[in-house]
Amino acid sequence: MNPSTRPNSASDTLENNDIVIRTENVSIFYGAFQAVRNVFLDVPKNNVVALIGPSGCGKSTLLRCYNRLNDLIPGARVEGKIAYQGVDLYDPKIDPVEVRRRIGMVFQKANPFPKSIYENVAFGARINGFKGNMDELVERSLRGSALWDEVKDKLKESGLSLSGGQQQRLCIARTIAIEPEVILMDEPCSALDPISTLRVEDLMHELKKQFTIIIVTHNMQQASRVADMTAFFNAEATEGGSRFGYLVEYDKTYNIFNAPKQQATQDYVSGRFG
Amino acid sequence: MAHSSSQSAPLDNQFAVSSGRKMFGNIMTALVFSCVAIAAIPLVSILFMVITKGLGGLTPAVFTDLPPAAGVAGGGFRNAITGTLITCLIGALISVPFGVLTAVYTIEFGRGNKLSQFVSFCTNILSGVPSIIAGLFAYGIVVLATGTFSAVAGGIALSVLMLPIIIRTSEEGFKSIPRDTRLAATGIGATNFQSVTQIILPAAMPFIATGVTLALARAAGETAPLLFTALFNQYDAKSIWEPTATLSVLIYNFAISPYKNQQALAWVAALIVVLLILVVSILARIVSRRKVY
Ligand SMILES: Nc1ncnc2c1ncn2[C@@H]1O[C@H](COP(=O)(O)OP(=O)(O)OP(=O)(O)O)[C@@H](O)[C@H]1O
Ligand SMILES: [Mg+2]
Repeated sequence: MNPSTRPNSASDTLENNDIVIRTENVSIFYGAFQAVRNVFLDVPKNNVVALIGPSGCGKSTLLRCYNRLNDLIPGARVEGKIAYQGVDLYDPKIDPVEVRRRIGMVFQKANPFPKSIYENVAFGARINGFKGNMDELVERSLRGSALWDEVKDKLKESGLSLSGGQQQRLCIARTIAIEPEVILMDEPCSALDPISTLRVEDLMHELKKQFTIIIVTHNMQQASRVADMTAFFNAEATEGGSRFGYLVEYDKTYNIFNAPKQQATQDYVSGRFG
Repeated sequence: MAHSSSQSAPLDNQFAVSSGRKMFGNIMTALVFSCVAIAAIPLVSILFMVITKGLGGLTPAVFTDLPPAAGVAGGGFRNAITGTLITCLIGALISVPFGVLTAVYTIEFGRGNKLSQFVSFCTNILSGVPSIIAGLFAYGIVVLATGTFSAVAGGIALSVLMLPIIIRTSEEGFKSIPRDTRLAATGIGATNFQSVTQIILPAAMPFIATGVTLALARAAGETAPLLFTALFNQYDAKSIWEPTATLSVLIYNFAISPYKNQQALAWVAALIVVLLILVVSILARIVSRRKVY
């Protein structure tokens, strides 16, 4: 939690680590509209990578590409290459369902299933063909998302009966239960109070021992607290008047916040942004 | 205007309703209440009539005996009760899977596309089809093809009437589920099949159950489509491929018969149909109260 130790730990984990996701020259379109242009971004294993930038610059769009959730949006199209452990995610032979089981998503708005707390967590494991001890997995996942102590006596109650912060941690538990390798989080704390936010942030430090995390956030302090690497995106208008997003700078979080190479990054992280 | 006058006039005078306006309000309230009373008259008088005329004849024999021959005293209509239950059951067995799966397609997969718009259009038309046409349809495809009136033909005729109700309420149920819930399931690797069977259907279940009970309530009282599909049977039907007695057709037959005993039994049967519909409607209310969203 101490920010001054962060740059060291980031560089420690970074150098000798392999890349889990490679983003090579990726452009994303909605129909004819180009939302994201020419992104190169490598995600190291067991790191937390934060995507920051102004609204509409395509952070969510890019994040959704990592588990092929954009497939659900009619007209969405990806150019370039996204490789997960060397495998092209958009190869026609790849099953998107399988991708999503390895790369799970936690959404901005907590969206538990209208089932019991237990079933919410067990669902992911079941669809994944989990054969082991379900009670144990549910407990492990709920402990993993720092929710166990609050819900252990009411596992049969509906997931919707929890508070917003608890619901979000339930959604994280549900994602952990599919035992993915990467967890994508799209502004997971934007609807949470500061205390729940801190709990989720603490959680991320725990989770990255086991998973690789890509998180979209508007909260600069959050990025500096949780992320090892930070990518700053910006949006620019074309001659036609439409805006496309692009990656401005990607570096260790410490560098992005303290020694950015680009003026735009400097302006954004210091809050002087037009 | 307010400033100068508010200083001179006391506040409550300012806000007091003028007597003309008050009177208008009272008249309108009275009007609305009398309209409600008038609207309730048919329902109340039907219930009153069915109960007063039917309750006296409601004996255990009604449930255990067969319909009496003309001029014979006593008797019951156990065959018509089981017949109604069986034809409704057949109707439900056909319409529920087709109706729910249709709604799954129109809402979950084809939302807004040409085919689902066309299906919705057809559902609208189907719900306006007179029940006798549904009977004619079943007569054409089942009775003529099998060469016999039967519970199956009756059930198929009823299923045509039940189908649009079930499609509608299931669609409502699926629409009530937030998009986020579907995304959540897909986002952690559920297949379409898994998210429909394990998330969407359970969450929409109260709606579907309401639709099924409403459809059953409608089917239980239908007569016209059964007249020339299930027809009637003085005795217990030995199979679902035989002419089958139903409560509604029994009422039709006995109510216009010249024999007092049969007329009395028609009232008892009417009472039982009304009770059946009442029970089913109450069930529908109970299940729909357990809404998830
Ligand atoms: N489903 C969609 N169909 C068409 N265009 C879309 C769709 N989703 C996003 N866009 C467009 O793509 C661009 C990037 O949107 P995106 O949601 O990725 O931005 P973002 O960086 O996540 O913004 P925010 O910080 O506000 O969440 C925007 O111009 C948006 O209008
Ligand atoms: Mg977004």
